[in-house]
Amino acid sequence: MTVLEQAKALRWTRRHVLDTDDWTRDEIEAVLETSGAMVEILKRPVRKAPPLRGKTVILFFAEASTRTRVSFELAAKALSADVTTISASGSSVEKGETLLDTVRTLHALGGDVVVMRHASSGAPYFVAERSDAAVINAGDGWHAHPTQGLLDAYTLRGALGDLQGKRIVIVGDVLHSRVARSDIHTLVPLGARITLSGPPTLMPLAWRRGQLPACVTYEADLDRALEDADGAIALRLQKERQEGGLLPSLREYSRVWGLTEARVRLMRPNAPVMHPGPMNEGVEIDAAVAHGARSLVERQVTNGVAVRMALLYLLVGTPLDEH
Amino acid sequence: MDRRELERQGYLVTRGFIDLHAHLREPGFEESETIATGAQAALRGGFTTVCAMPNTEPAIDSPGLVAEVIARGKAAGGARVLPIATVTRGRKGKELADLVELASAGAVAFSDDGSPVDDARLFRSAVEYASVKGLLVIEHPEDLALSGKGVMNEGRVSAALGLPGISNAAEETAVARAILVASELDAHVHLTHISTAGSVDMIRAAKERSIPVTCDVTPHHLAMTDDWVRGRRAFAWEQGLKGEQISGAPADGTPFDANTKMNPPLRRLHDVRALWIGLADGTIDAIATDHAPHASVRKDVEFDQAAFGISMLETALPLVLGGVRAGWCDQDTALRALTDGPARVLGITPNADDWIAIDVGATWTVSADALATRGKNTPLLGRELRGRVVAAAVGGDVRFDGGAREEIRAGVR
Repeated sequence: MTVLEQAKALRWTRRHVLDTDDWTRDEIEAVLETSGAMVEILKRPVRKAPPLRGKTVILFFAEASTRTRVSFELAAKALSADVTTISASGSSVEKGETLLDTVRTLHALGGDVVVMRHASSGAPYFVAERSDAAVINAGDGWHAHPTQGLLDAYTLRGALGDLQGKRIVIVGDVLHSRVARSDIHTLVPLGARITLSGPPTLMPLAWRRGQLPACVTYEADLDRALEDADGAIALRLQKERQEGGLLPSLREYSRVWGLTEARVRLMRPNAPVMHPGPMNEGVEIDAAVAHGARSLVERQVTNGVAVRMALLYLLVGTPLDEH
Repeated sequence: MDRRELERQGYLVTRGFIDLHAHLREPGFEESETIATGAQAALRGGFTTVCAMPNTEPAIDSPGLVAEVIARGKAAGGARVLPIATVTRGRKGKELADLVELASAGAVAFSDDGSPVDDARLFRSAVEYASVKGLLVIEHPEDLALSGKGVMNEGRVSAALGLPGISNAAEETAVARAILVASELDAHVHLTHISTAGSVDMIRAAKERSIPVTCDVTPHHLAMTDDWVRGRRAFAWEQGLKGEQISGAPADGTPFDANTKMNPPLRRLHDVRALWIGLADGTIDAIATDHAPHASVRKDVEFDQAAFGISMLETALPLVLGGVRAGWCDQDTALRALTDGPARVLGITPNADDWIAIDVGATWTVSADALATRGKNTPLLGRELRGRVVAAAVGGDVRFDGGAREEIRAGVR
């Protein structure tokens, strides 16, 4: 039996990937191991394997996203799935078509997997409950972005090895960040500790007041947060936050919470830097850091395809030895 | 059916409940509820009198509309329907409605519920003007700037789910404002659906200083916490002090269920406990349902897009009895908050021939079919509850007969 079969047979029972908040370490390991096997497939001259042949993957993107959509598309195609995309701009309400209508359409189309991106937190639960297809959450509101969490874990493992006892700083707009939540839910079960940093207006109040998830702390002062850290993840800052009265200015933000070269040196030697993209260079991260020696940003993108292949395979792939 | 006979059979026979706060949705939103279905649902929940909130379409802001609500209420043949009219014309928060004329037409109270009277000056003016004739102003305490785009309680759960939060202060600043206005004018203000420990504390302190404020709490804020939004559906009395579920709690449901979305939002256990303490010590005058039925199209959507509100008329009694059984309040006090309490707030003398019979121990399962209301929007669907109204009479006329005798024979009790 191959690594793939073992991972799937022993440890995989999920029908959907909605959030990793209730995953065991074993399940996360199964995805990371499978991702490793997928990286090998992606290194072959012909980047194609058959386990999703005859399966249909529907990419339902109700919120603009190029990077994640393309990553899923490449992942599905590398596994020989048929891929189709439904995009919708603006909220479903504006279009006059409800999410329930879309669910019925998806059902009628009969896809095996629905990969969905939606502006409303929890929307993938709504779809999963009402459809026969396996649902993969490709980002819902501020809630979760499980494939990002998993690819960040995979990438950090590649750079740091075992994450047990490693301390990772997540800096920025945690309040509105599905990436931060999924990073926490993926890295913590693997043994990492998380230090959150950023302006108090962009942190959940309960977390600032001590009701944090296990193994997570908050340190407003970024310099102190970064001292001796094993890695850092900068979050994208939405420019609307300034208009919402949550921030005085982007200039002030970058001065206090931007990842600069000087700050990065506060971490352990060679501690890596990541960003989910797209980056606002000069705001949350300096160009020199974003493209410097410590940056894993490009590797995150490459690994993203492998992790998404792994999830598609685990959810609906037929065993490789049947081909 | 005779009340003495029911008493002899062991039922708890009491005065009919009075609901200070229900949304019967007619005119304008008949797909969610009508006065007829709402009056019927009220009766089944033990409410022989129900006050209808005026946030309909059009809003109840003219004597003709008040008369229409009264007429339809009479024709419904269910609970007595008492109309509440708007405080401001069109419920737009700009100018006062004709409060005295509306009262003459039969409006028993005034409220822009669904929203506060946001403009503090207009709010003060409304309370002052209403005091001339002793008219009752019911305020929905919410600072709209603070609640903003929030869709659930701000706390641990909203942080985990990535949903915008509504802070306790969004309610408490409005409660403070109302207390200050009531104090300065020495005029009565009733605060509806208070939900936080801070509100209870402020109202308790105000009452100690004889400031004329009264308030009510909903059955759902007494029974459920914000954990319900993430699918953990233990009643407050089924949770340990740290929010963990203790014995008897059901399995988890689905997170992001729009039926757990209401305004004010379900709060933390700490707040729920404070509400019970306030109920037990008399700080809270009444239990009112804030029955907010919605057609499925407004709830079967994304959580943040869904309408606020829970269908509550028919499940109020078992929720209240749950806390009573847990020892959080004695039964007499709890039942008074459903009868004498609201009557005093309204300044009415309850009709002695409005009575109900309760089977305190009977269990029943909430289902869409079991509910008379059109609003099936409740996270209690499928849940077994304890405590059931078996008969309800209005003016001596038994208008609801829940089949008490048959069930005794069937051994349900």
